[in-house]
Amino acid sequence: MRLVETGFSPGHPLGLFAQAHRDSGGIASFVGQVRGGEAHALELSHYEPITLPAMRELAETTARRFALDGLLAWHRVGVMTPGQAIVLVAAAAPHRRAAFEATDCMMDHLKSAAWFWKRERRDDGWHWIEPRGQDHADRARWQA
Amino acid sequence: MPVSIVYLGPLADRAAGAPTSLPAPLDWAGLLAAVGELLAAQLANDRVHVACAGKVLADKRQLCAQDGEEVALLPPVSGG
Repeated sequence: MRLVETGFSPGHPLGLFAQAHRDSGGIASFVGQVRGGEAHALELSHYEPITLPAMRELAETTARRFALDGLLAWHRVGVMTPGQAIVLVAAAAPHRRAAFEATDCMMDHLKSAAWFWKRERRDDGWHWIEPRGQDHADRARWQA
Repeated sequence: MPVSIVYLGPLADRAAGAPTSLPAPLDWAGLLAAVGELLAAQLANDRVHVACAGKVLADKRQLCAQDGEEVALLPPVSGG
Protein backbone atom coordinates (compact mmCIF):
# COMPACT_ATOMS: atom_id res chain seq x y z
CA MET A 1 0.00 0.00 0.00
CA ARG A 2 1.38 3.36 -0.89
CA LEU A 3 0.30 6.98 -1.30
CA VAL A 4 2.24 8.53 -4.15
CA GLU A 5 2.81 12.27 -4.41
CA THR A 6 4.24 12.44 -7.92
CA GLY A 7 3.34 10.83 -11.25
CA PHE A 8 4.11 7.12 -11.51
CA SER A 9 4.24 4.57 -14.29
CA PRO A 10 2.09 1.54 -13.30
CA GLY A 11 4.23 -0.89 -15.32
CA HIS A 12 7.16 -0.70 -12.94
CA PRO A 13 5.44 -1.61 -9.64
CA LEU A 14 3.33 -4.18 -11.49
CA GLY A 15 6.47 -5.86 -12.87
CA LEU A 16 8.02 -6.06 -9.41
CA PHE A 17 4.77 -7.43 -7.99
CA ALA A 18 4.68 -10.14 -10.68
CA GLN A 19 8.28 -11.06 -9.89
CA ALA A 20 7.44 -11.36 -6.20
CA HIS A 21 4.52 -13.72 -6.97
CA ARG A 22 6.00 -16.11 -9.52
CA ASP A 23 4.23 -19.07 -7.95
CA SER A 24 0.73 -17.58 -8.19
CA GLY A 25 -1.72 -18.89 -10.76
CA GLY A 26 -2.60 -15.40 -11.95
CA ILE A 27 -2.41 -11.67 -11.41
CA ALA A 28 -5.24 -9.25 -12.20
CA SER A 29 -4.67 -5.51 -12.24
CA PHE A 30 -6.53 -2.26 -12.70
CA VAL A 31 -5.20 1.21 -13.49
CA GLY A 32 -7.46 4.23 -13.00
CA GLN A 33 -6.49 7.35 -14.98
CA VAL A 34 -7.61 10.95 -15.05
CA ARG A 35 -10.33 11.20 -17.70
CA GLY A 36 -9.89 13.66 -20.53
CA GLY A 37 -12.66 16.14 -21.23
CA GLU A 38 -13.96 19.12 -19.32
CA ALA A 39 -11.43 18.95 -16.52
CA HIS A 40 -7.89 20.22 -17.07
CA ALA A 41 -6.62 18.93 -13.75
CA LEU A 42 -7.68 16.77 -10.83
CA GLU A 43 -6.54 17.22 -7.26
CA LEU A 44 -6.81 14.56 -4.61
CA SER A 45 -6.39 15.49 -0.98
CA HIS A 46 -6.11 13.09 1.94
CA TYR A 47 -5.59 13.15 5.70
CA GLU A 48 -2.29 11.54 6.61
CA PRO A 49 -3.22 9.99 10.00
CA ILE A 50 -6.14 7.95 8.65
CA THR A 51 -6.00 7.59 4.85
CA LEU A 52 -3.12 5.10 4.58
CA PRO A 53 -3.98 3.08 7.75
CA ALA A 54 -7.57 2.67 6.45
CA MET A 55 -6.25 1.55 3.03
CA ARG A 56 -4.03 -1.05 4.75
CA GLU A 57 -6.98 -2.35 6.74
CA LEU A 58 -9.10 -2.58 3.59
CA ALA A 59 -6.29 -4.46 1.82
CA GLU A 60 -5.92 -6.95 4.67
CA THR A 61 -9.66 -7.64 4.72
CA THR A 62 -9.71 -8.06 0.91
CA ALA A 63 -6.64 -10.32 0.86
CA ARG A 64 -8.19 -12.58 3.53
CA ARG A 65 -11.61 -12.67 1.92
CA PHE A 66 -10.30 -13.80 -1.48
CA ALA A 67 -7.43 -15.89 -0.08
CA LEU A 68 -4.88 -13.92 -2.15
CA ASP A 69 -1.17 -14.55 -2.41
CA GLY A 70 -0.60 -10.79 -2.52
CA LEU A 71 -2.29 -7.43 -3.04
CA LEU A 72 -0.79 -4.19 -4.32
CA ALA A 73 -2.44 -0.75 -4.16
CA TRP A 74 -0.86 2.57 -5.07
CA HIS A 75 -2.93 5.74 -4.92
CA ARG A 76 -1.92 9.18 -6.11
CA VAL A 77 -2.49 12.34 -4.09
CA GLY A 78 -1.88 15.91 -5.26
CA VAL A 79 -2.54 17.48 -8.65
CA MET A 80 -2.82 15.28 -11.76
CA THR A 81 -3.54 15.95 -15.42
CA PRO A 82 -5.63 13.88 -17.89
CA GLY A 83 -4.00 10.60 -18.84
CA GLN A 84 -2.00 10.28 -15.61
CA ALA A 85 -2.49 7.26 -13.38
CA ILE A 86 -4.56 7.84 -10.20
CA VAL A 87 -4.63 4.33 -8.82
CA LEU A 88 -3.07 0.93 -9.41
CA VAL A 89 -4.49 -2.22 -7.83
CA ALA A 90 -3.12 -5.71 -8.47
CA ALA A 91 -4.07 -9.02 -6.90
CA ALA A 92 -2.14 -12.29 -7.11
CA ALA A 93 -4.04 -15.51 -6.43
CA PRO A 94 -3.86 -19.25 -7.03
CA HIS A 95 -6.75 -18.97 -9.55
CA ARG A 96 -7.95 -16.15 -11.81
CA ARG A 97 -11.46 -15.67 -10.40
CA ALA A 98 -10.20 -14.60 -6.98
CA ALA A 99 -7.70 -12.20 -8.57
CA PHE A 100 -10.38 -10.53 -10.75
CA GLU A 101 -12.89 -10.27 -7.94
CA ALA A 102 -10.43 -8.98 -5.34
CA THR A 103 -9.29 -6.22 -7.74
CA ASP A 104 -12.89 -5.21 -8.44
CA CYS A 105 -13.82 -5.30 -4.75
CA MET A 106 -10.75 -3.28 -3.73
CA MET A 107 -11.54 -0.62 -6.36
CA ASP A 108 -15.19 -0.31 -5.32
CA HIS A 109 -14.10 0.28 -1.72
CA LEU A 110 -11.31 2.70 -2.65
CA LYS A 111 -13.81 4.73 -4.70
CA SER A 112 -16.55 4.99 -2.14
CA ALA A 113 -15.02 4.44 1.28
CA ALA A 114 -11.39 5.58 1.25
CA TRP A 115 -10.48 8.96 2.75
CA PHE A 116 -9.84 11.01 -0.37
CA TRP A 117 -11.42 14.25 -1.51
CA LYS A 118 -11.31 15.23 -5.17
CA ARG A 119 -11.72 18.47 -6.99
CA GLU A 120 -11.27 19.24 -10.65
CA ARG A 121 -10.27 22.39 -12.46
CA ARG A 122 -12.53 23.37 -15.34
CA ASP A 123 -12.57 26.55 -17.41
CA ASP A 124 -14.40 28.41 -14.63
CA GLY A 125 -12.26 27.26 -11.69
CA TRP A 126 -12.06 24.41 -9.15
CA HIS A 127 -15.09 22.22 -8.39
CA TRP A 128 -15.34 19.66 -5.58
CA ILE A 129 -16.60 16.24 -6.67
CA GLU A 130 -19.60 15.11 -4.67
CA PRO A 131 -20.18 11.45 -3.74
CA ARG A 132 -22.06 9.49 -6.40
CA GLY A 133 -24.91 7.09 -5.64
CA GLN A 134 -23.46 4.64 -8.17
CA ASP A 135 -20.27 4.27 -6.13
CA HIS A 136 -22.24 3.24 -3.06
CA ALA A 137 -24.30 0.80 -5.13
CA ASP A 138 -21.04 -0.67 -6.50
CA ARG A 139 -19.68 -1.17 -2.98
CA ALA A 140 -22.96 -2.68 -1.74
CA ARG A 141 -22.45 -5.58 -4.21
CA TRP A 142 -19.74 -6.95 -1.89
CA GLN A 143 -21.78 -6.94 1.29
CA ALA A 144 -23.57 -10.21 0.65
CA MET B 1 -1.63 23.00 24.63
CA PRO B 2 -4.78 23.71 22.64
CA VAL B 3 -6.67 21.29 20.40
CA SER B 4 -5.93 21.82 16.70
CA ILE B 5 -8.76 21.63 14.19
CA VAL B 6 -8.32 20.46 10.59
CA TYR B 7 -10.98 20.93 7.91
CA LEU B 8 -10.73 18.45 5.02
CA GLY B 9 -11.92 18.55 1.40
CA PRO B 10 -14.75 20.98 0.64
CA LEU B 11 -15.01 21.87 4.34
CA ALA B 12 -11.63 23.60 4.07
CA ASP B 13 -13.14 26.14 1.66
CA ARG B 14 -16.27 26.62 3.74
CA ALA B 15 -14.27 27.01 6.94
CA ALA B 16 -12.37 30.13 5.87
CA GLY B 17 -12.01 32.16 9.05
CA ALA B 18 -13.12 29.30 11.34
CA PRO B 19 -10.84 28.52 14.31
CA THR B 20 -7.92 26.14 13.72
CA SER B 21 -7.15 25.90 17.42
CA LEU B 22 -9.46 25.71 20.47
CA PRO B 23 -8.89 25.27 24.20
CA ALA B 24 -8.78 21.71 25.62
CA PRO B 25 -10.73 19.75 26.63
CA LEU B 26 -13.04 20.09 23.65
CA ASP B 27 -16.36 18.29 23.26
CA TRP B 28 -18.79 18.22 20.31
CA ALA B 29 -21.05 20.97 21.69
CA GLY B 30 -18.02 23.14 22.34
CA LEU B 31 -16.76 22.65 18.80
CA LEU B 32 -20.14 23.45 17.22
CA ALA B 33 -20.46 26.59 19.35
CA ALA B 34 -17.00 27.77 18.28
CA VAL B 35 -17.31 27.38 14.49
CA GLY B 36 -20.36 29.55 13.88
CA GLU B 37 -23.92 28.64 12.96
CA LEU B 38 -23.45 28.04 9.25
CA LEU B 39 -20.54 25.63 9.59
CA ALA B 40 -22.10 23.98 12.67
CA ALA B 41 -25.17 23.08 10.59
CA GLN B 42 -22.92 21.39 8.02
CA LEU B 43 -20.90 19.52 10.65
CA ALA B 44 -24.13 18.20 12.17
CA ASN B 45 -24.84 16.30 8.90
CA ASP B 46 -24.68 12.53 9.56
CA ARG B 47 -22.30 12.09 6.64
CA VAL B 48 -19.65 14.30 8.17
CA HIS B 49 -17.27 12.19 10.28
CA VAL B 50 -14.81 13.28 12.92
CA ALA B 51 -11.37 11.92 13.73
CA CYS B 52 -9.62 12.67 17.00
CA ALA B 53 -5.93 11.87 17.52
CA GLY B 54 -5.88 9.82 14.29
CA LYS B 55 -8.96 7.67 15.02
CA VAL B 56 -12.33 8.09 13.31
CA LEU B 57 -15.03 8.32 15.99
CA ALA B 58 -17.96 5.93 15.76
CA ASP B 59 -20.14 8.68 17.24
CA LYS B 60 -18.82 12.21 16.78
CA ARG B 61 -21.03 13.48 19.62
CA GLN B 62 -18.71 11.56 21.96
CA LEU B 63 -15.80 13.82 20.99
CA CYS B 64 -13.54 14.60 23.91
CA ALA B 65 -10.27 16.06 22.66
CA GLN B 66 -7.43 16.58 25.13
CA ASP B 67 -4.41 18.87 25.25
CA GLY B 68 -2.38 18.78 22.02
CA GLU B 69 -4.70 16.42 20.13
CA GLU B 70 -5.82 17.05 16.56
CA VAL B 71 -9.48 16.97 15.56
CA ALA B 72 -10.18 16.42 11.84
CA LEU B 73 -13.54 17.16 10.24
CA LEU B 74 -14.15 14.72 7.38
CA PRO B 75 -16.87 15.49 4.84
CA PRO B 76 -18.26 12.68 2.62
CA VAL B 77 -15.53 11.30 0.34
CA SER B 78 -15.72 11.94 -3.40
CA GLY B 79 -16.93 9.33 -5.81
CA GLY B 80 -15.46 8.31 -9.13
